[in-house]
Amino acid sequence: MSETQAAPTPARLARQARAKAPLQVTGAQSLVLSLESMEVDTVFGIPGGAILPAYDPLLDSVKVRHILVRHEQGAGHAAEGYASATGKVGVCMATSGPGATNLVTALADAHMDSVPIVAITGQVASASIGTDAFQEADIRGITMPITKHNYLVTDAAEIPRVIAEAFHIASTGRPGPVLVDISKDALQARTTFSWPPRIDLPGYHPVTRPHAKQIREATRLISAAERPVLYVGGGVIRADASEELRQFVELTRIPVVTTLMARGALPDSHELHLGMPGMHGSVAAVTALQKSDLLITLGARFDDRVTGQLSTFAPEAKVIHADIDPAEISKNRKADVPIVGSCKDVLVDLIASVDGDIDAGRGGDYTEWRERTQGWKRDFPVGYTVPEGGTLAPQYVIERLSAIAGPEAVYVAGVGQHQMWAAQFVQYERPRAWLNSGGLGTMGYAVPAAMGAQVGEPDRTVWAIDGDGCFQMTNQELATCVINNIPIKVAVINNSSLGMVRQWQSLFYNERYSNTDLHTSHEGTRIPDFVKLADAYGCAGLRCERPEDVDETIRQAMAINDRPVLVDFVVHRDAMVWPMVPAGVSNDAIQVAKDTAPQWDREDSEALPQEQDADHSGDDTTVEGEEK
Amino acid sequence: MSQHTLSVLVENKPGVLARIAGLFSRRGFNIHSLAVGETEHEEISRITVVVDVEDLPLEQVTKQLNKLVEVLKVVELDAASAVQRQVMLIKVRADAATRSQVLELVQLFRAKVVDVATESVTIEATGPGEKLAALLGVLEPYGVRELVQSGIVAIGRGPRSITDRALRGA
Repeated sequence: MSETQAAPTPARLARQARAKAPLQVTGAQSLVLSLESMEVDTVFGIPGGAILPAYDPLLDSVKVRHILVRHEQGAGHAAEGYASATGKVGVCMATSGPGATNLVTALADAHMDSVPIVAITGQVASASIGTDAFQEADIRGITMPITKHNYLVTDAAEIPRVIAEAFHIASTGRPGPVLVDISKDALQARTTFSWPPRIDLPGYHPVTRPHAKQIREATRLISAAERPVLYVGGGVIRADASEELRQFVELTRIPVVTTLMARGALPDSHELHLGMPGMHGSVAAVTALQKSDLLITLGARFDDRVTGQLSTFAPEAKVIHADIDPAEISKNRKADVPIVGSCKDVLVDLIASVDGDIDAGRGGDYTEWRERTQGWKRDFPVGYTVPEGGTLAPQYVIERLSAIAGPEAVYVAGVGQHQMWAAQFVQYERPRAWLNSGGLGTMGYAVPAAMGAQVGEPDRTVWAIDGDGCFQMTNQELATCVINNIPIKVAVINNSSLGMVRQWQSLFYNERYSNTDLHTSHEGTRIPDFVKLADAYGCAGLRCERPEDVDETIRQAMAINDRPVLVDFVVHRDAMVWPMVPAGVSNDAIQVAKDTAPQWDREDSEALPQEQDADHSGDDTTVEGEEK
Repeated sequence: MSQHTLSVLVENKPGVLARIAGLFSRRGFNIHSLAVGETEHEEISRITVVVDVEDLPLEQVTKQLNKLVEVLKVVELDAASAVQRQVMLIKVRADAATRSQVLELVQLFRAKVVDVATESVTIEATGPGEKLAALLGVLEPYGVRELVQSGIVAIGRGPRSITDRALRGA
C-alpha cells in the first residue's frame, strides 16, 4: 500500500487530534465525525429504521457525500469499485435485517478478492437484540466467515475507536471487508467524540517486510533456474507494486503471466508478458507455467481456475511464493521458498538481491527459455473466428472498445463469457484499469462497481462490460447513476443467454440448453428491450447489431458525457471462450478450440493448431489468430 | 489422522469462540475436544483445542487461527512436554452388592466419589484421556447411567509461560 492510501499514520492522527478537542455529541454524530476524520468522501447506502439516526447528521456533513443506491448489494459493489479503482477504502451503509443481508454478497466478493471496504449497518436497539425484533438479523454472525473482521457496537463511546480500527484492518495487511454493526440506541446515546482514538488491536500485526534470509534463498533459486516464470496475482495491484514488477522484469528478463485479478499489473504490450494463465488463459501463459522449473509467485493463490488439476500443475517447478497473507502460502501448492510480505517490499528486496547476483556474474541466463515462450506467444495468439452471416462477434466488440476507449479508461466486467473476453481482448496497460469479480464470480458486479469506480475516478471513462444475464441482476443502479450524475458507459454483450453456462452445456451436456435462454435478443424477443430500458432510466440507449456499426456506435457512446450510456451489442450467441482447460483436468490438456489441442513439433517452436477430432467440422471454433 | 493439542490465546471478548468454532467447521477441520476459560490475565482467554489433522492441514489451521484479529497467539503443545487433563463425571449403577467393588476401582484410579444414592454412585475423575478411558472400561460392566466430560486442558511443563510472552508481544 502506498503512503497516500495507507491506514492512519501516527503523524496524521496526531495532526487530526490537535484539530479536534472532545465534543459532546450523539453516537450518530460521532459516527459521521469518525468517517470525516478517516477522510471518507463517499458513502454508498440506503437508510432504514435502525440506521436512521446516522442519516440525520449525514445530511449536514459537507465532507461526506452519500449516494443513495437502489439496492444494498449495489452499495457494496459500488464501494468495491471505488476501492479497486482508487486504492482507497470504499464505504457502504445499510440498515438492519434485510438491508444488512443484502450486503452479504458484496462482502463475500470483497473478501475473496481482497478489496478494502468498510460496511456500516444499523442494528436493532441493544435491549431487543436476540428477541427476533422487527428487521433483526445477526449480521455479525452471518458475516463472520466473509469479512476480515467485524464488530457489534452497543456503546456509543466505542464508535470512534471501532471506526478507526475498521479502516486500519480493511486497508492494511491483506486488504478486505470489515463490517461495523451499530445498535440504534448506541447511535442515539449521548457521548463524547475525540480524535484520534486509541487503536487497541493486540492480535493484529500484519508483516509487510520480507525476511532477508528468504529473499536470499529466493535469489539463489532465481539465479539457478533455467525456465523461470513470474506468476503474478492481484496482490501486486493491491500493493501498488506494478512499477517494482516492471523493474524486476527489466532486470531479470523473466517471462510474466498475469492472473485474472492481475491484468494490467504489467502492461500487456510488454514483450515478456505471456498473457493470462488458467482455464481460459493463453496457450503461452498456460504452457510456460506447465514447463517451468521455477514459479516466482507474487500475490497469487494457486486458485483452481489457474492450476487446473493441482497434482499436475507445473510439475517440474520449484515454487517461490510471496504473499502478505501467510495462510495463502503452501495452502494449495507447497512452497519451496515461502516469503511473507507485501509484494512491493518483496520486489524491492528481490531487485536489490538479484542485481547483486548479476553484478557478481552469478545471474541466471534464460535466453533459450525466453525464446521458447516467445515462440508460443507468436504461434498461439488469443484469437477468434468471425461468425458467418454478418452477425457480430462479441470478441470483436470488446477489441474495438479497447482500441477506442484506450488504456486510460476503466473496464469493469460482470461474470461469464463477456468477462473472459474482456480479460483477453482489452489491452491493459496500467493497474486498476480492470475491475472484476474474480474469486466469488458475482454476476451483477459490473454496473454498481462501475458506478463506484466512476465516483472515485470522475475524470476517467468507465466502461461496464456486462452480459445480458448479469446486467439484469443489478441494472437498477442506472437510476442512481442518472440522478447522481455518474456517467458510466455500459456495453451489454447481449447473446440472449447465460452464455458461459450455455457454453458448458454445448461442450459437456450434449447441447441440451437447460434454462439458459434469456430471450433478450434472439428469435424476435427483447425482454426487456435494453434500449427502451435505458430510455426509461433517463440514460442514452444505443443498439448495435452489425460489425460495420461497431466503431461508430462506440464513438457515439464516448461522445455522451452528461448521462450514462447503455449500448446493446447484439452478438452471435454460439461464440465460445477459447482457449479452455476443462474443469478438473491437467493444464496440459489445454484446447485452443473445440477438440483442438495445440500441436507442438519436437522443439516446441513451430507449433500449429491441429484438429484432433476428424468428425468436427470447425464451424466457428477454430482459432485463426491472424484473421480476427 | 493424528491428534494435535493447540493452545489459543484470545482476547476475552464476546463472539470469539463463535469465530474459532466457525473457522474450524468451514475449513473442514475436525475438533476432537474444546475447552475455554479465562487466564491469569482477565483480558485474555485461553482455548485448548484438540484437532484431528495431518501435519500440513495443521499448519493451515494455525495460520488461519492467527489471521483472526482477536487471536493473540497459537501454540502447539507437544504431548511429551505438556500436562494434559480432562475431568469426567460418571454416574454408575451401584447397589449394596456392588458398591464396594465400584469404590475399590475408584480408589485404584485415584478418582473421587462426589454423590451416593441407593442405586448409584457418581464419580469424579481427572486425568489424561487414556486414564479416563481405562476407568470407564472397568466401570462399564456395572452400568454407566450417565457420563459428562470436560474438554481437555493442557499446559507446558517447566517455568516458561506462554501467556507472559503473548502479553509482551501485544
